[in-house]
Amino acid sequence: MEKKSKLNVSDWYKSGEPFVWLNAAAVAMSAIAVIGLLAVLAINGFSHFWPKNIASINYLDPRSQAEYRLLGIDVDDVTVSREQLVSSGMDHLVDNDVELFNRQLLQMGNRDVTGMDFAWFVEEHYQSVEYPLGAMILERREWGTFIGFLRDVLEDGQVVASSTGEGEVNSDAWAKFEALLARSESLHRQIIALEKDEIGSINYGMERIRLAERRIELEQPADAAVQLAELAAEQAELEGAYQGMQAELVDLYRAFERDSFTAETMDGTVVTLPMAKVVRAVLPNALSIPQKFVVYGDKLWEFLSDDPREANTEGGIFPAIFGTVLMVLLMSVMMTPLGVIAAVYLREYASQGPITRTIRIAVNNLAGVPSIVYGVFGLGFFIYFVGSNIDQAFFPEALPSPTFGTPGLLWASLTLALLTLPVVIVATEEGLSRIPKALREGSLALGATKAETLWRVVLPMSSPAMMTGLILAVARAAGEVAPLMLVGVVKLAPSLPLDGNYPYLHLDQKFMHLGFHIYDVGFQSPNVEAARPLVYATALLLVVVIALLNMAAVSMRNRLREKYKSLEM
Amino acid sequence: MSEKLDFNTPALLRYRKMRYLKDRMTTAFVGVGGWSILTAILLIFAYLLYEVMPMFASAEMKQSASFSAPANSRAMYMAMEEQNEVALRVGDDGQAVFFSAEDGSVTSTIDLPFSAPVMVTAVSTMSESSRLMAVAADNGEVILAKHNYLVSYPNDVRVITPRLEYPYGDAPIVLADEALTSVAISDGEEALYVAGSNGSELFVKVFAKEEDFLSGEMTLEEVDVDVPNLDFKARDMAFDADQRWLFVLGERYLTIINMASAVDGDIEVHAREEVPNARSMEMLLGGISLLLGYNDGHIEQRFMVRKPTGWQMELVRSFEGDANGDVSGIITEQRRKGFLSVQDNGQVNIYHSTAHRHLLSERFTDTAVESWALGPRATALLLEDTAGTIHRIEIKNKHPEVSWHSLWEKVWYENYQEPEYTWQSSASNNDFEPKLSLTPLAFGTLKAAFYAMLIGAPLAICGAIYTAYFMAPALRRKIKPLIELMEALPTVILGFLAGLWLAPFMEDNLASIFMILVFMPIGVLLASFGFAKMPAKFRFLVPDGWQPALLMPVILIVGLICIESGDYVELLFFGGDMRTWLTNEAGIPFDQRNALVVGIAMGFAVIPTIFSIAEDAIFSVPKSLSYGSLALGATPWQTLVGVVLPTASPGMFSALMIGMGRAVGETMIVLMATGNTPIMDANIFEGMRTLAANIAVEIPEAEVDSSHYRVLFLAAFVLFGFTFLVNTTAEIIRQRLRKKYGSL
Repeated sequence: MEKKSKLNVSDWYKSGEPFVWLNAAAVAMSAIAVIGLLAVLAINGFSHFWPKNIASINYLDPRSQAEYRLLGIDVDDVTVSREQLVSSGMDHLVDNDVELFNRQLLQMGNRDVTGMDFAWFVEEHYQSVEYPLGAMILERREWGTFIGFLRDVLEDGQVVASSTGEGEVNSDAWAKFEALLARSESLHRQIIALEKDEIGSINYGMERIRLAERRIELEQPADAAVQLAELAAEQAELEGAYQGMQAELVDLYRAFERDSFTAETMDGTVVTLPMAKVVRAVLPNALSIPQKFVVYGDKLWEFLSDDPREANTEGGIFPAIFGTVLMVLLMSVMMTPLGVIAAVYLREYASQGPITRTIRIAVNNLAGVPSIVYGVFGLGFFIYFVGSNIDQAFFPEALPSPTFGTPGLLWASLTLALLTLPVVIVATEEGLSRIPKALREGSLALGATKAETLWRVVLPMSSPAMMTGLILAVARAAGEVAPLMLVGVVKLAPSLPLDGNYPYLHLDQKFMHLGFHIYDVGFQSPNVEAARPLVYATALLLVVVIALLNMAAVSMRNRLREKYKSLEM
Repeated sequence: MSEKLDFNTPALLRYRKMRYLKDRMTTAFVGVGGWSILTAILLIFAYLLYEVMPMFASAEMKQSASFSAPANSRAMYMAMEEQNEVALRVGDDGQAVFFSAEDGSVTSTIDLPFSAPVMVTAVSTMSESSRLMAVAADNGEVILAKHNYLVSYPNDVRVITPRLEYPYGDAPIVLADEALTSVAISDGEEALYVAGSNGSELFVKVFAKEEDFLSGEMTLEEVDVDVPNLDFKARDMAFDADQRWLFVLGERYLTIINMASAVDGDIEVHAREEVPNARSMEMLLGGISLLLGYNDGHIEQRFMVRKPTGWQMELVRSFEGDANGDVSGIITEQRRKGFLSVQDNGQVNIYHSTAHRHLLSERFTDTAVESWALGPRATALLLEDTAGTIHRIEIKNKHPEVSWHSLWEKVWYENYQEPEYTWQSSASNNDFEPKLSLTPLAFGTLKAAFYAMLIGAPLAICGAIYTAYFMAPALRRKIKPLIELMEALPTVILGFLAGLWLAPFMEDNLASIFMILVFMPIGVLLASFGFAKMPAKFRFLVPDGWQPALLMPVILIVGLICIESGDYVELLFFGGDMRTWLTNEAGIPFDQRNALVVGIAMGFAVIPTIFSIAEDAIFSVPKSLSYGSLALGATPWQTLVGVVLPTASPGMFSALMIGMGRAVGETMIVLMATGNTPIMDANIFEGMRTLAANIAVEIPEAEVDSSHYRVLFLAAFVLFGFTFLVNTTAEIIRQRLRKKYGSL
């Protein structure tokens, strides 16, 4: 009977109970680690877009005993000991009798005015903190963010509205400011459309004509003169179109640069800023929660749909999303049929002897070969060997600048196709092996040939397994970075590999990739502090995509298993 | 009456034939396709090997032409230009002849501007690549001349026009008033040194260089120097590249003369080494190492090493030659640390200094070789024998710098105090000595994998044991997908979090991390003991196999307490900052991105791999075994330890191996979470550079088909081979295990 029997430690130890609990703790810790990691990503990633309040702080500098005003956004807080402060050079604090301090990282923006946009301050020295309603934060095309107060709004050099003070928003001035900002934004869009699409395609055409001329020069065909004349006419036409657009562009730029405004920074300096440099202006302290959500959504959309700015530390990541998706698509198109054929051969056609078994083990193990090895192979074989031979055979006019003999989209997709081939082979084989033998035999008994059985019975039934393999492969490819660094990914690609210029899909172009974007912005960026939130957001996006793909694969696999369980009855 | 069906109508026959054909075609297509895809996969292996193999090929020499010398004089010096088309020969009659290096036809002949007809007695260069030579004559005069080659392309044909220039004027420098038997020159940034000897006396002239600011023209100003008196016969002499030393090889001694303050007029004998049988001397590329050739054919490499007691000449390594011939000459390569030796029995040897390799020996002449020239690319060699015939020899020697010694053993590099393992593959200048030791990289790889396994393996194995054996099925269905999700997380995200979040966090909360390591097990044990002490009514509320859920709050609370109290612990025991304390008090160097960070991040990455395989192995142990044990009265833990684990142990071992394979090949985590410095130190608070990260960092910049490029391929091949081997072993063990369970 389970009474209040006295439990002593040695019995408890002998029962093995403590070890069971320790093992349980290992599971719990692993689970906590996964959830914690996702939580860190989610918190940091989602909070990036939230318009945080701007604090106005009276700060007493302990060294000079001077008091001055700080204007900034609280980004990070840490507790530090006096020792750490001393070793980081703040030795004037030594005679203080406090042992632990709170340090706050303030984003103060205005890199063009003060030279540093992030700085640490000791919270103990704050005299007072308030949140003035008029404080505004600007995202700019260069020099990062600006934090300050709006003063005069100038239209074509004339002051059209002005505002004073800090504690409230002058709604007239702000409305005028926003109207002018909207105008400059729409002009900017026109300029970009003109520069990137139309002039871009003219430049592309010019380059094609240059290459065609070079080709004629190299090959010396019989009608060289006729062809050259045609090209010259084409060139003149493009030249004319270009002149027209250039004039249009100059006008647009003049209109774009018309307006400006003045703003006061935290130490009272008034600076004049061109309206053309501003991307977004927000008065975070004056916003209600729903309004903040509107700003949040706007920034989130910008993140997903825009080009990066400021050495990738601001703006969006659209080219990286696009590049990742395109590369994965190309890879899937190349790899799926091959993987399926190999799996069908191994499972349905090859005789199941020791050789097949060895091959199967080898294929399994290729999935465990470090991805960097595939990258090295891709670089050496595809790019330097195959690519440079293609160049010599088909693109001699572009030499010595390589066309396919350099990292690019095609080689990246091929390398990853090779990398993920084992995944698809293994998954498809598993699917094939789960199809009950009776079904194949039934089909054969009804007179179908082996090919017909394969095509009508076996492949349709194993299609969910193929899909599972494909999804797992895509998830792996989307997260893989190491080989891509060698075979085609760059930190900033000037244009998307898919555009309106013939041949539309540019397989030789380099492209951007989400995973590499994380590595590059997080570790190679000159201003890591400013880039950090963006990296978290990118990482979160990547994790969400991959987690969704994985869950899809898992649920598909489970459905498949259920399906054949019933068949085996 | 049912009509008899005709199955053999032409249409049906055709149809059947088609079907048969299709079937055959499919079989052929799948067969060919399957095989070619599988071959393509195996191509990786073959291609890596194909890129690696040339490194271990030995050198080749082949005589391609021989012709008679372009002049009848005795050759004192020969040189060749970049394309191996034009060569220069300085004869003892004071004539410099440019001639075709392919057939010996004379291009131009120049009389060197000596003040009177003389016999040339010695020629020496500063270094072969400088093309600046000092020609000494029997009247004590020295002429400084530089051979230059202008390349032009009239009508798309390459034409090389050789020229002799006198950078310091064509007036001879009068070094002595009697015949010079040896000469040396060193042309530095600030001073020009010319040294010579008549066989028993040393003459040195030092010129300080002065540049005219306006015209940029260089003028030489002679400095008076006291030359120490030497009572020996000098065979040969050479300056080092820094103009610090003058080495004079005599009959018996190598005299080292300190030239450091020669510009101030001070020259003194630094040391004297006994080298009784040395016959010839040459400076290796870079002007640091001295090569001494001996009468028994062997060559020694020596250089000056700074010891606490002062500069000292060290014998670094020696190379064997043919014991039956004196080394009459040493020819150094102009782009690599390789050299050739010519022995007086006609044997030519190719060596590489850093790799300590003797690549080839061959003999092309029956008589002694009198003069020689090696092309700047070290692809062609001219040898003139005593009969006045010039032999042209083509050399194929692509990767002399790679050997087992240079890749895996301690190597004594130039300017180093002692032999070391070093990886330093490239530098900006041409005479850099590549240090291609893979040992620190392999060490770093194993170090990273070790710490990852140290953290990941216990968690994964213990977790797998619990999940497979004790866990309630309902919870198991939730935990497994979570761990699978963990496997799918891109490593770039783990690396980014490790580098940008964990590393600074750990630096700030170092004490907390160690407190968690200590207090977490204690906390868990206390909690479980407390749970066992609870009244039964309460204990039965928690179903069996739900302990992890119960422990989660415990772990969170213990963790939180440790982190929160970390600052106070650091204050109490470590003077406020454990990091500073570690460096200053304990003397342990600390990097922010260190092995511990990598261990945690990569441990996280290997947990799911190990977990799922080990869990599978334990779960598939037949239930009848454990039921039998339980029925005999063993507790669940005893059953696990005594029955289940021994049965599943091969599977768990293979799980560990596959996890290890993953940790070894992981790139992004290591790249982002360490400083990537190739050091050989097991300290947990310092970083490392792994093979994989090294490839990622360096291969985009490596010159295609260079030794560096191929060594990186070798690194990839090593990784490939290692992981393939480990995985195959693990897979075979697993399959054996599966068969065994099948029979149970």
